[in-house]
Amino acid sequence: MTYIPHTDADRTAMLEAIGVTQLEDLFGDVPERARFPKLDLPAASTEMEAWWEMQGLSEANADVNHYACFLGAGVYNHYSPHTVDYVLRRGEFYTAYTPYQPEISQGTLQAMFEYQSMICQLTGMEVSNASHYDGATSLAEGVLLALNAVKGNRRKVIVSPALNPQYRQVVRTYLQGTGVSVVGDENLMAEISDLKTLLDDQTAALIIQNPNFLGQFEDVAGLADAVHAAGALFVVVPDPISLGLFRPPGAYGADVVAAEGQCLGIPLSFGGPYLGIFATKNAYVRKMAGRLVGETLDVDGNRGYVLTLSTREQHIRREKATSNICTNVGLIALAASVYLATMGRCGLEQVARLCYHKAHYAAGQIDKLRGYRVNPQAGKPFFKEFVVKCPRPVGEINDVLFDEFDMIGGYDLGRDYPHLKNHMLIAVTETNTRQEIDDLVEGLRQAAEA
Amino acid sequence: MKTPEPTVYDLSVPGRCGVDMPAPDVPLAELPQDLLRGELGLPELSQLDVVRHYLHLSQLNYSIDGGFYPLGSCTMKYNPKINEDAARLAGFAFTHPLQDPLTAQGNLALMYHLQEWLKEIGGFAGVSLQPAAGAHGEFAGILMMRAYHRDRGDAKRTKILIPDSAHGTNPASTTMAGLSVQQLRSDRRGNIDLEALRAACDDTVVGLMLTNPNTLGLFEEHMEEVARLVHGCGGLLYGDGANMNALVGIARPGDLGFDVMHYNLHKTFSTPHGGGGPGAGPVGVSKRLVDYLPGPIVGVEYPEDGDDTPLYVEVMPEKSIGRMRAFLGNFGMFVRAYTYIRVHGAEGLRQNSLHAVLNANYLRVKLRDKYPVPYDRINMHEFVCQGKFENSDARALDVSKRLMDYGFHPPTNYFPLIVPEALMIEPTETESKQTLDAFVDAMRQIADEAVRQPELLHSAPHNTPVRRLDEVKAARDLVLCCMPASFAEQAMA
Repeated sequence: MTYIPHTDADRTAMLEAIGVTQLEDLFGDVPERARFPKLDLPAASTEMEAWWEMQGLSEANADVNHYACFLGAGVYNHYSPHTVDYVLRRGEFYTAYTPYQPEISQGTLQAMFEYQSMICQLTGMEVSNASHYDGATSLAEGVLLALNAVKGNRRKVIVSPALNPQYRQVVRTYLQGTGVSVVGDENLMAEISDLKTLLDDQTAALIIQNPNFLGQFEDVAGLADAVHAAGALFVVVPDPISLGLFRPPGAYGADVVAAEGQCLGIPLSFGGPYLGIFATKNAYVRKMAGRLVGETLDVDGNRGYVLTLSTREQHIRREKATSNICTNVGLIALAASVYLATMGRCGLEQVARLCYHKAHYAAGQIDKLRGYRVNPQAGKPFFKEFVVKCPRPVGEINDVLFDEFDMIGGYDLGRDYPHLKNHMLIAVTETNTRQEIDDLVEGLRQAAEA
Repeated sequence: MKTPEPTVYDLSVPGRCGVDMPAPDVPLAELPQDLLRGELGLPELSQLDVVRHYLHLSQLNYSIDGGFYPLGSCTMKYNPKINEDAARLAGFAFTHPLQDPLTAQGNLALMYHLQEWLKEIGGFAGVSLQPAAGAHGEFAGILMMRAYHRDRGDAKRTKILIPDSAHGTNPASTTMAGLSVQQLRSDRRGNIDLEALRAACDDTVVGLMLTNPNTLGLFEEHMEEVARLVHGCGGLLYGDGANMNALVGIARPGDLGFDVMHYNLHKTFSTPHGGGGPGAGPVGVSKRLVDYLPGPIVGVEYPEDGDDTPLYVEVMPEKSIGRMRAFLGNFGMFVRAYTYIRVHGAEGLRQNSLHAVLNANYLRVKLRDKYPVPYDRINMHEFVCQGKFENSDARALDVSKRLMDYGFHPPTNYFPLIVPEALMIEPTETESKQTLDAFVDAMRQIADEAVRQPELLHSAPHNTPVRRLDEVKAARDLVLCCMPASFAEQAMA
């Protein structure tokens, strides 16, 4: 298959205009020894053959349309209304570039402005950017903002061990050249009260996830005050769906909110592309990274939108920019916008309630099973995920669920938390029916006995 | 005055909802009252309101599907429709990144083969698909170079050399990695200045970041000498793969001496730009950096019992700089790039580069008498000319805005920074001679207008949904979000 439209006559005429005789003549600057290598790639397919191949590859996977899914741990199988993909499929959106020419990009720009607006409302913050790559990188950018925004040269950030393990890894990757130390998760059982004791005049930020990686709500009373008293920034990673019903980080003093927006109508897609939500206070707007859309007027006095405060960005400021970020995930932010606009005030709250009630039903049923205990370590309230202490290794239980019940079981917490060996993290969303939950309970029962 | 499209908040009417949810089919649990939020300020729209709103917004955009988009350095080629459908196949779109790898062998096989093909195309010993965009790949590359030197006990290397024609992401990525930037000037033919490079090459150099072809669209004429100088002082050579669309099947960066390079799948391999992402920025590396790749990456194992069915597994490279993001990467983009490579094969990909270069040279020779080309030699997939005229005060910006009236997207303007009034034009291989000729006609007409009726350019665009926007006002009177009407009323009360 080729998408090149040139006919032989076109080619001949164009080569003549340039003054060369064949296409290969255009590459005289390329060192001869390296010119025109033979590439060992599979032979070209027609479009039809390629389509068959892609179908075949996709069918070699077990997907959540065919298997009930109780796996979460950072990304979730939520329902996405059909409006979302309808809008994403419009070539006017997905085949456009970053809106550097605002006169012919008002669609993208206004959609981003509305995205920023809805994210502010959802998180309770004053300003949102137009997205980062994913939740983890958004958090890393939040840490960089904190290091840059606090007074003095502070070189320490505190992370909760109940922050997604992959997020903690990404923060460490980002900071490896900076001499900043990441502390707080040496003891994987540390609680918020333990983290508070680490605050000092070297601390730039304290980071928590809420509900945390184990699905539980943290006790945040007085936490923001303690962080601010130390002169540091309070960074919170929420579950955006939970914000349909529960207090947003802005209501309990967050300075920066970084979150994974995949739950807002974005397909699981085996890990990406996802959506890095980033919101903060007006005070930090000039230190934040990423694109930002602002409202203005055109020469005729019509309302319009432009990318603004670009003097923060790499293409203007180069090595003095707040970040290197350029391409972000504009189309995924658009998807989240369409999701939020479709669900609306009422729909998002309903989704959050369904998740809460179904997860609590599942937890109650599982807790009654012999050999299983739900949330054995702490009595904190939880949202849509909970910890289950299992009588056998999680992998073995998941094999039974998959083979006998067509079910993708929970996350093996022993991978990241040695003290939680044989503990499974189960996620329940609005997409799990009561029947599926009852089947899960039955599957767990049988797995314990197998 | 035109009527602007209302915002989602303008359209909101309390009590509307765009989709319904099932009633709870389980007993209700008690809610923790002290954790519940106050009002949730999301808009309330019917489903048709939502559809019309976003359809109206889409109609305000220019796009590749709608017309010619010769935006330099961005490779705005056709985004094949089979790619979009492939990425939406249930087995790809509805698989969880943490599910048992044994239940996702199709996905892992796809990633493994894409890694292998990118290795082959670039002449590299290893590839990681983790980085989410080009700049993210740059950051990964610089962290790898830094880790490599430190691992050898060479901690005094703290300097990255960057030509003055480079993308802004190069210096910004360097700063994020805690290293310093030394800028190098270009010579009169648009190459890196060899004297400046020679003087800068010492034992504090981490590496040189080179875009080749560079942002002038020119292939570095002293490529071999540049690689020798950098490697000679113990430094490494980083390639900014933004311009790889000129080189697939033409030359392999690994063969040219590059130790690490990021690809932009959203440029060279046709994944859509999405109005600003998502992209994907895989990194390829030479042998000495393989162990430092960001991970996990995908490896293959063959069971020992003689079964030849491959098993694809996640692997963390031995001395990895770590994870660049959560999970394995922008998988949806991998599906599209995989499909793209499969329909082309090696010769098809090479033809793409040949024709991308043909189209760019054709435009250069057709425009150079009206738009000065400061480095006028055979170029690669793009070239830079100048929007400046004798006997006219019209500038590159005016040309760009006027092009909109003719139905074209403007070129990249004012970049690279080393060319005053730069217009950077990259047509890509998927545009026909007819389209290029129509663009040439428009550009030549605009050049004439610039002299005869410059006010037409100064006041352009005239036919667009909005006209020139007040960017100073936007930055001064920051309005970064709109408020729900009900909130606004409360605030007034």
